[in-house]
Amino acid sequence: MSKWIEIAPLSDIPVLGSRVVKTDSFSIAVFRGTDDSVFAIKDACPHKDGPLSQGIMHGTTVTCPLHNWKINLANGEALGADEGCTNVFETKVENAIVYLKNPQ
Amino acid sequence: MKANLVLIGNGMAGVRALEELLKLEPEKYNITVFGEEPYGNYNRIMLSPVLANEKTIEQIMLNDEQWYIDNGITLHKGKKVTEINRIKREVVADDGTTEPYDKLLVATGSTSFMLPLPGADKEGVIGFRDIADVDTMIDIASKHKKAVVIGGGLLGLEAANGLMKQGMDVTVVHLLDRLMERQLDGPAAAMLKTSLEASGMKFLMSHATDEINGDDRVTGLTFKNGDYIATDLVVMAVGIKPNFNLAQESGLHCERGIVVSDTMQTFDPNIYSVGECVQHRGTTYGLVAPLFEQAKVAANHLAEFGIARYEGTVTSTMLKVTGIDLFSAGDFIGDDTTEELVFQDVASGSYKKIVLKDNILIGAVLYGDTIDGTWYFQMMKDGTNVADFRSTLLFGQAHLGDSGHGEETRIANMPLTAEICGCNGICKGDILDAINDKKLFTLDDVRAHTKASASCGSCTGLVESILAHTVGGDYSEAPSKKPLCGCTEHSHDEIRAGIDANALKTMQAVRDQFNWKTPDGCPACRTSLNYYLLCSWPGEYKDDAQSRFINERAHANIQKDGSFSVIPRMFGGICTADELRAIADAADKYDVRQITLTGGQRIALFGLDKAQLPEIWEDLNTAGMVSGHAYGKALRTVKTCVGSDWCRFGTQDSTGLGIKLEELTWGSWMPHKYKIAASGCPRNCAEATIKDFGVVCVDSGYELHVGGNGGIKVRVTDFLAKVKTEEEVLEYCGAFSQMYREDAHYLERTAPWVERVGLSSIKAAIVEDEANRKVLHERFLHGQSFSQDDPWKQHADGKDANEFKSIKITTA
Repeated sequence: MSKWIEIAPLSDIPVLGSRVVKTDSFSIAVFRGTDDSVFAIKDACPHKDGPLSQGIMHGTTVTCPLHNWKINLANGEALGADEGCTNVFETKVENAIVYLKNPQ
Repeated sequence: MKANLVLIGNGMAGVRALEELLKLEPEKYNITVFGEEPYGNYNRIMLSPVLANEKTIEQIMLNDEQWYIDNGITLHKGKKVTEINRIKREVVADDGTTEPYDKLLVATGSTSFMLPLPGADKEGVIGFRDIADVDTMIDIASKHKKAVVIGGGLLGLEAANGLMKQGMDVTVVHLLDRLMERQLDGPAAAMLKTSLEASGMKFLMSHATDEINGDDRVTGLTFKNGDYIATDLVVMAVGIKPNFNLAQESGLHCERGIVVSDTMQTFDPNIYSVGECVQHRGTTYGLVAPLFEQAKVAANHLAEFGIARYEGTVTSTMLKVTGIDLFSAGDFIGDDTTEELVFQDVASGSYKKIVLKDNILIGAVLYGDTIDGTWYFQMMKDGTNVADFRSTLLFGQAHLGDSGHGEETRIANMPLTAEICGCNGICKGDILDAINDKKLFTLDDVRAHTKASASCGSCTGLVESILAHTVGGDYSEAPSKKPLCGCTEHSHDEIRAGIDANALKTMQAVRDQFNWKTPDGCPACRTSLNYYLLCSWPGEYKDDAQSRFINERAHANIQKDGSFSVIPRMFGGICTADELRAIADAADKYDVRQITLTGGQRIALFGLDKAQLPEIWEDLNTAGMVSGHAYGKALRTVKTCVGSDWCRFGTQDSTGLGIKLEELTWGSWMPHKYKIAASGCPRNCAEATIKDFGVVCVDSGYELHVGGNGGIKVRVTDFLAKVKTEEEVLEYCGAFSQMYREDAHYLERTAPWVERVGLSSIKAAIVEDEANRKVLHERFLHGQSFSQDDPWKQHADGKDANEFKSIKITTA
């Protein structure tokens, strides 16, 4: 089993948008920034498990659609006055294909 | 090589400017701070609670010494700057410390004004300005019994209250016959005096001090009328004076303070000044909000951003004496050109006075019930014309049925366990703790840290009152204009005007034109701009899905577990048996977990996976149904009653009219959700008088009502006009909807919009100006020609398919 898992062509993820990647046990939100940087974060807000994939991305932050917590996509930490953290996963883009480091 | 920035004055205004600067340009300067007092920066407003044993010195520290170290700032504490050498560009302190500067920020604040009385230099005669004064008072209170406070103003009363809490027998001496004459009129001052007397405070009104008696220590006061009072302590609280000696000696232009421009620059371009020591447009300030605004502007220029201007602040006052609710703002006395509205109920201890000039609020005094202080203050700042609701103005903003809070408007007497924010379960005590522990100053801060008033917002007034009570008058930064969001300095109105005037047709063009601080905005401005552009350039602007809240992006409502609900449109609330069957079939096929009848006469299907949405939409489309937009800032529903077709009271065909109204307006994007109803007679079964646009049919025609709301604040509609034909109803509806679309701020319902712009201006544009009404209606129809394209069908046909598809991977 290779360490990197192919996800999708970069063009399948909208700029400042996301795709949901489902593993057997949980979901991962994969976001694409304006500079084509790619972030992968567990699709559960540290507040009340809101689906971060459905939030609005701005800069390197996503705002949770349920209660507007702002989560740093790079490290999973809640921003501002909120406290909490969710998992993030390594990604890479090669030949315009997005890869996710095996999260297991 | 970094430039050197020196700050003289380690107080709230100066350090706030540094904090703002560090946010903008953390690496620009080597920063050095001189402070006379041997402490870090503390919250001077909180000295009264410290004296009253309600807080400790540690609790009022804003920036401890570690903060200076963490930010690489050199702090010279306990050193007084004695010279600014503007030629060499350096400052010299009393111990000889010399620091060079490239930019200098002078924030020397103010000092207590000490009456030049014979004997004023005796031991036991002090001002009330800093921690040392408080220490002296507490020390004397532990050894002596009697205290006199000279000055019956805000500061004097707070000092007197504190000294009473320290166990002293306190008499307040006041020159005039009215307490707090700068903030209160006669009746309010009398009520205040009565309740302070009830708590044990004594008063000598209309007494002018002649001499302070005693040998080394004070023993008493003699008055000009010959009276004498024995005392062990005299606190002079007759006012503050800007401290600008140092600036004046260095040759900076000073009048009653250090004179600064709108950029907070002094007459020396390398020297800025903020705080109580400055004079701006002829005014000096002694409250925290203006100082913080000034700090922000100075920081902006020190960072060389060069865009901020300080344009002065309207201030309000809130007395911090436990158990007393008092609010005052603006010109509360008035003159020949003003009118006053007064409400007085001595028995319940309530007094309200509002001063109006040409129907604009210019001043207010509230005693007892101060909950509406923030509302009046906002209208003063906005210059709101109150002509349309003068008759109810004194009764405050709490419209009938304001959910949850009812009569609970007296913050000071509420127990700590009183629930303030019903959405998030936040009690008064939680908010007080957060304000104290986290050093919060603004409503936004409190919202961020406690979530109180951050959800539905109905308790905003209560939270603001708690904040005002805790940190004193004019707590918030109260900018005279409210920026659209943190990404820009510009307001909603400025940006909308700019979009039209400069023909800005993309979000990037708007961000470039208005110097956005962020590269791609934030959820607040992206959703706003997307709407504004869509409204201004129908057919030209391409909707940006990533700037839509998920509900509008997915055309369904997200629920707490991440599933979605779907509500098909039923025009006028009418459906057929075939449509019901199609809905039931879809509910079975997609395993819908709950079917609900909505308040807007529609059917909602709950518990769908996002991936199922395009499929269920295709099925519903096949049965002839389209998106109900229950998820959007858009026309939601037109609610109807059965009208003259069936009802024995019905006067017109309200159902048919409702269907026509919904056919006219469906699919239109709005600043916020938008609801319409049509009732067949004045019994009003469709509840048209709490809708954004409501029609009540009468025998002779149609009454049109606007600006109603049945949610957080129940607001009954205002009557717009009466018309004779259905065609006119439709034209008025299109025109009103378009005016709201073009004028309201994003996320502003019609109810607050109508209150903000005034019903008169809406009537003038729609009722009295027929040509304008027709133009507005035409523009509405033009916009609708692009938006009445069922989004469900588009997605069922494959648009943005990836939005709904997830990617499955195996990780084992």
